[in-house]
Amino acid sequence: MAEETKAPTAHAGSSGGESRPERSGGDRPERSGPRGPRPAGGPGGPREGGRKYFRRKKVCKFCVEKIEAVNYKDVRLLAQFVAESGKITPRRLTGVCMPHQRRLSRAIKQARNIALLPFAGRAQ
Amino acid sequence: MNRNYELMFIVRPDMVDEDLNKLISTLESSVTSAGGTTKTEVWGKRRLAYRVGRFNDGIFVLMMIDGIGAVVHELERRLRVTEPVIKFLTVRTDEELKRLDKIKKIRDSKKKASAAPAANAPSVTATQEAGTETPASAPV
Repeated sequence: MAEETKAPTAHAGSSGGESRPERSGGDRPERSGPRGPRPAGGPGGPREGGRKYFRRKKVCKFCVEKIEAVNYKDVRLLAQFVAESGKITPRRLTGVCMPHQRRLSRAIKQARNIALLPFAGRAQ
Repeated sequence: MNRNYELMFIVRPDMVDEDLNKLISTLESSVTSAGGTTKTEVWGKRRLAYRVGRFNDGIFVLMMIDGIGAVVHELERRLRVTEPVIKFLTVRTDEELKRLDKIKKIRDSKKKASAAPAANAPSVTATQEAGTETPASAPV
């Protein structure tokens, strides 16, 4: 009994020991297959996307033209960063840098309050 | 401590110039009596971005105020009471102005710094051009 009990455990241990590396060896490549490319610029990677089609690097208009005073009175400037629906255009679409986007959004909100820009929809 | 404010308000479009001037002068006098200074710009009639009450356009007035907070408080109270005023907005600008001054100073100092090397730069490029010309011309 003791031997029998020992034997299966030993077998199991040995078989498990043998099979584990096989399984893990079989599994890991499969797992790492889809995972592997990611660090090297996988399907979601911006580098590979850049290779497939050319995308111009967006630059912050305020940094380039050195516009420091983002003011609520300058409706023409602010209107460039407001969608037709009246929403503030996200930074990822316009390329505006974070410090300027903060000033810009504040200015747009002030302009809305004084009826220079619409809250929703196009200006009448 | 004096601060800078911008107070913009909109009056109804059918307001007569005389009444508007009277309103502006009373507001200005209330600021000056409290020890502040003002500069007023009348933008004139403009279309509103959205309907306010039953108005589609209004006369925009911008006041630049230099004074303490109590002055602004008083002005806002007056504007709220004044019936033809349909909207107003106060913005504190002193910190923004300070920031802009600082940026301007930095830019000016950079300009001065860049102006000095710029004088030397043409001579350097001239020598480089001369250097590149001679080897090119030698084989030919």
